Amino acid sequence: MKPRLLELRQAVLDKNDQLAHALRRQFKAAGVLAVNLVSSPGAGKTALLEETLRRMQARGWRVAALVGDLATENDARRLARSGAPVRQIETGALCHLEADLVARRLEGWQLDDFDFLFIENVGNLVCPSDYDLGEAARAVLLAVTEGEDKPRKYPPLFHSADLVLLTKLDLAAAVEFDRNAALASIQAVAPHATIFETSARTGAGIDDWINYLAARRRDLNRDV
Amino acid sequence: MHELSIAYDLVEIADEAARKAGAARVRTVHLRLGAMAGVVADALRFSFSIAAGGTLVAGAELVIEPVAVQVCCDVCAQPRVLEAPFVFRCPVCKQPVFTLIQGREIQIESIEIEESEAESQAESEEKLDETTPS
Repeated sequence: MKPRLLELRQAVLDKNDQLAHALRRQFKAAGVLAVNLVSSPGAGKTALLEETLRRMQARGWRVAALVGDLATENDARRLARSGAPVRQIETGALCHLEADLVARRLEGWQLDDFDFLFIENVGNLVCPSDYDLGEAARAVLLAVTEGEDKPRKYPPLFHSADLVLLTKLDLAAAVEFDRNAALASIQAVAPHATIFETSARTGAGIDDWINYLAARRRDLNRDV
Repeated sequence: MHELSIAYDLVEIADEAARKAGAARVRTVHLRLGAMAGVVADALRFSFSIAAGGTLVAGAELVIEPVAVQVCCDVCAQPRVLEAPFVFRCPVCKQPVFTLIQGREIQIESIEIEESEAESQAESEEKLDETTPS
């Protein structure tokens, strides 16, 4: 038995990446802007999405959402109240969404029927960062109730963000949120990221984020 | 703990490549791991030994080559290495940096395989049949 070296030079997540690229092509061809929402558990992904879906529909946009959760369908039920098509991805023990879970859960939906698809990832600031879901934009949420330095503690995920949304702004005063420290922390690891300051409860900043998404969707169609 | 998911993908790639090459077993797996890949090397090693069970990779050593975070500073027009904790500013001119050159890799570089002799080949296949349900 003589040893032999086999050169492979392959990304370990190649299979996921290939699937994600295929999804990205499908989304683009259908004119759907796909957004991957990531945050720690409890940062307000579902509340933000609920308000976003409601307002976008009121403006005539066709929106849909996939919701990843380890267990329970509570978030999907909450989002379905908006009237938008919502599907749950129960991940079991998996701490993040993968492209094939998204692809499988999309089966039976006509992507042409949507303008925007939101993918609410599993609450986790580590694992989702390596998994491309074919999204056009990755939005990472940071609640004012979390530490202002969280982006510095989780650079891989925050660096992978196209945009960062500060959430629960209505609680800022109560928790003595240091806005400048939070912004500096985001800019330290993600200087490229667009930042929105939002509150799902008061509606602050939600329209700005929706306008940003609408602009991103126009760009998507332009460079087909 | 996505290290276990990654370990399973890693083992699958190595096992498939070894099988195609007609190897008896994989002796070593060489992996390049970026400092910003968000993967903990120790957790990956631990997961790797579990994921490798019942495959040609069982018992193989995982050799991890760390890859530093390298960015390109547009102001200096130079590549720069960032040290943890990562702040995306040029260490020289202190301006924000936007281009990541390397540091997110989770890449299998190569595997060292043992060429099979008829006997050891049959043995490892038998072992596989027992542990692979479908």
